[in-house]
Amino acid sequence: MINFTEVAETNSMIEKENLDVRTITMGISLLDCIDTDLNKLCDNIYNKIYESAKDLVKTGDEISKEFGVPIVNKRISITPIAMIGSSACKSSDDFVQIAKTLDKVAKAVGVNFIGGYSALVSKGMTTSDRLLIESIPKALACTDVVCSSVNVGSTKTGINMDAVRLMGTIVKKTAEETKENDSLGCAKLVIFCNAPDDNPFMAGAFHGVTEADKIINVGVSGPGVVKTALEQVRGESFEVLCETIKKTAFKVTRVGQLVAKQASARLGVPFGIIDLSLAPTPAIGDSVADILHEIGVEHAGAPGTTAALALLNDQVKKGGVMASSYVGGLSGAFIPVSEDQGMINAVEAGALTIEKLEAMTCVCSVGLDMIAIPGDTKDTTIAGIIADEMAIGMINQKTTAVRLIPVIGKGVGETVEFGGLLGYAPIMPVNNFGCENFVNRGGRIPAPVHSFKN
Amino acid sequence: MKKVIITVVGKDTVGIIAKVCSYLADAEINILDISQTIVSGYFNMMMVVDFGKVTKSFDTISSELDELGNEIGVMIKCQREEIFDSMHRI
Repeated sequence: MINFTEVAETNSMIEKENLDVRTITMGISLLDCIDTDLNKLCDNIYNKIYESAKDLVKTGDEISKEFGVPIVNKRISITPIAMIGSSACKSSDDFVQIAKTLDKVAKAVGVNFIGGYSALVSKGMTTSDRLLIESIPKALACTDVVCSSVNVGSTKTGINMDAVRLMGTIVKKTAEETKENDSLGCAKLVIFCNAPDDNPFMAGAFHGVTEADKIINVGVSGPGVVKTALEQVRGESFEVLCETIKKTAFKVTRVGQLVAKQASARLGVPFGIIDLSLAPTPAIGDSVADILHEIGVEHAGAPGTTAALALLNDQVKKGGVMASSYVGGLSGAFIPVSEDQGMINAVEAGALTIEKLEAMTCVCSVGLDMIAIPGDTKDTTIAGIIADEMAIGMINQKTTAVRLIPVIGKGVGETVEFGGLLGYAPIMPVNNFGCENFVNRGGRIPAPVHSFKN
Repeated sequence: MKKVIITVVGKDTVGIIAKVCSYLADAEINILDISQTIVSGYFNMMMVVDFGKVTKSFDTISSELDELGNEIGVMIKCQREEIFDSMHRI
């Protein structure tokens, strides 16, 4: 039978160390909603999502109450809208109407975010893909909870540089459209390489076409729990360090697995995957950077950071896969800047630059995440940064992503406040040497060879 | 059998166990195990109970225990046993 110490340990993780289930995300296929008439299509989408997810928030809250563990977010991911709207949408504004429908139904069922205002263009763009991408700035400006993502490359197809170049401009336009709110729109837009079909985390969640009609995916979290566990093994060898991370990741993931199974049974929707990510929040003590500090670097960004992050990421996976049979999504340590107080401190101390963050993304999920940059950064420079990050994903056969926020009207040294889970961020300098001749070439970067690994 | 773990933490005072137990008896909740200690003036109790015969909803019991805790000046938490089992048993 369960003993006193075990109960106390679990409850201390929840109460003091911010252990929570970060999100229950219901993936919903919208393929059966497709219609040539836009109004009919929007009605179909509204009805399908409403019927599927009307009990999601209530069920999440019940589970949270019964097990005494917070379930922070309830979200929905849907089939990429570029596919769903392809026969009904003749213009970008038609796509915006779908975005408004998504916003309305997400609010009606009470979820925090709905992800899947997306296009998958890793090799080429259809007319519909292009219209959707061009509609993103307006769609994100006139909705609150809709999240958008665009997959512009993969290890199998190479990188669609036309899409990369276009996204440089779209990120900038999204910033312009939402400049009254510190360019918040860009916090809801992710550009991916090797985007997973079953990611429960926002802003990059969408419900891939390889998935079932409906599915429950769960994202666990717990940087604070890992940090507290590591405080007990200061000065010990790497073996002890890794063992501690693995055991902690196991415990955290088991909570996610339990919640996922319960949600799946109560909603009558099959269980998909657990995403093992260590996802920080701006709350004190809920930081991945603090774990890196505890492992032994003064600030995230100091020499040794990439190695520390690599081992952290790997141990989290090793502990997590033992705890759940179905692991998927992004599964790794997230290193967003604005959502992690330790990362913000590192930037303010001058320890962390975009270039170091880029190096760190080679060994962890996911990418250059929630980084505020000067509002006057050129479209082509943003496209260049995206291309670099996509190349890391393509060559290393991993998911990478870019979520940059060019804050219109602000420059290096100023800060920007997004509020809530999105936090605040100091604006970081970017390398402004030109890359126009590179990103303007047009066409694709070919897929890499899978041999001669060096 | 529907096992639930109840934890009570707070400043020690007369009658905590009595009040919690009489509430549980009224709600038809059977107590399977109790362990209790005092750590530097703080009362710590863990109970394993059975919700098998309970007619009220989990939510109601949880809120009523919350209220009772406020009256006595302690924190009362009830959680289904599975969360501890999943975390601590392979």
